[in-house]
Amino acid sequence: MAKHEYAFYPGCSSQKGASASNYLTSVESMCKTLDVKLTEIPDWNCCGASIGYAEAGELPRHVMNARNFALSEQHMPGKEIVATCAACWLGARETRERLTHSDTLMADTKEALKEAGLTINEMPEIRHMVEVLIEDIGFDEMKKHVKKPLEGVKIAGYVGCQTNRPFGVAGESFENPMYLDMMVDMVGATPIPEYDMKVTCCGGALAFSEPEKAQAQIKDIIESAYDHGAEMIVTPCPLCQANVEIYQGQINKTYGTKFNIPVMYYSQLMVVAYGGSAKDAALNGQLIRARRLEEIAAK
Amino acid sequence: MSANTAMAEKYRNSFLKEIEEQVEMGDWVKMCMQCGVCSGSCPTNFQSAWEHPPQELFMMIRAGKREEVLTTSSMWNCTSCYNCIVRCPRKLPITHIMHGIAEYAHRLGLAPKMQPTRFFSGLFWKNATQTGRVNELKLSMGLYFRNGFSAGVKEGMKMKDVALGLMKAKRLNPFEILGGHKCRDQKGIQAMLKKAYEIERSRKAAKMAG
Repeated sequence: MAKHEYAFYPGCSSQKGASASNYLTSVESMCKTLDVKLTEIPDWNCCGASIGYAEAGELPRHVMNARNFALSEQHMPGKEIVATCAACWLGARETRERLTHSDTLMADTKEALKEAGLTINEMPEIRHMVEVLIEDIGFDEMKKHVKKPLEGVKIAGYVGCQTNRPFGVAGESFENPMYLDMMVDMVGATPIPEYDMKVTCCGGALAFSEPEKAQAQIKDIIESAYDHGAEMIVTPCPLCQANVEIYQGQINKTYGTKFNIPVMYYSQLMVVAYGGSAKDAALNGQLIRARRLEEIAAK
Repeated sequence: MSANTAMAEKYRNSFLKEIEEQVEMGDWVKMCMQCGVCSGSCPTNFQSAWEHPPQELFMMIRAGKREEVLTTSSMWNCTSCYNCIVRCPRKLPITHIMHGIAEYAHRLGLAPKMQPTRFFSGLFWKNATQTGRVNELKLSMGLYFRNGFSAGVKEGMKMKDVALGLMKAKRLNPFEILGGHKCRDQKGIQAMLKKAYEIERSRKAAKMAG
């Protein structure tokens, strides 16, 4: 039996061939090293994300998340649900909070769930993968597995919004959370605690619908990383990762900048530090290759 | 009588009451003390300025500026960053109120038709709920081709490098167009959502009648 076991909610972007598939690959490899067993919730569905609001309304949105709770309870009663995606985690946690605080909403949700032959008896705990790492495993244990410290690599910890607000990680401040810098330090790299764009919004879904607004924000996020001497950026959120990485070419065209900075997941840094291969860390999933990490992984 | 006229008739003396009863988290609006921290904390208001930032919308609701509030593109600038929520000294769930007012304006058919985030929001929800999971390829194509084929090709060309890069990194699968990822129990999901919409509609109607 694994040391830590959870019901796993990977989310749409982590699926094979989707925009955060590299995140999932590296998480799987990281979990193997840390003896964490993630069992996917069978037939899980989309959380609705924040951007679905025009059509979602209140109850349909919560019912979508509640279906995942019900499936998790049916197949893995009592297990905590772990999400790797910031939006999945936030959406599910919000539903948990609303249903717990409103008997009407709970009753309505149960009535809708009945149509799918499901029910909820107990509210599951909803955790983000970084909470599992920090709270259940701990920095000391995480550090024990480091075989190849990422020495000399300067990394800006870009926390972004949705793992930080409105819930956040316990004990951290909304304005200056430190856990990501501590993780960078833990893998032997050099964190930049004074990186002043660490909780600036990447524009979220507006990167699709109104790219000029989102890209103005992304430009600030990247510029500040360069100004602080970073050679790569790390983030815990799939949308932050995609938005900050994939539009650098377009931003360069608009603003005359020369951005070309890799944007990684914390799990990728950990896999490389744990001695995993470039493939284990899904380094081939970057649009902007992280050459320094590839070199370390190949050593 | 259109949904909008019915609502305007029913609540003609109080737009605040209309927002309180018909908008998610709308009953918080009266708690705003007009400090403006939300507007100062909003990334898109900082970058490009909302026509009416949140605290202004709250005062406009109290002042009965129904048409101005429901037809503005302001709320659609929300990126769901939740900065306003965590900074609000009165603890108003501002992000949710913005989504709620936007949803209500959309429901009544008053939201600006060509607002791109309004379009994307609806597209996203339909995409996600149709099969239970998001199909990223169809979602992007639906957005780029919203103004017809030739405009879509032009938009698509702008995104060519991004799309090719993603495909090369195996983070965008062209075969998603043939179906892609989906839930097994789609029938159950549709039935469950249909019921949820029914219940939500009847709850709102009951408030209006009460």
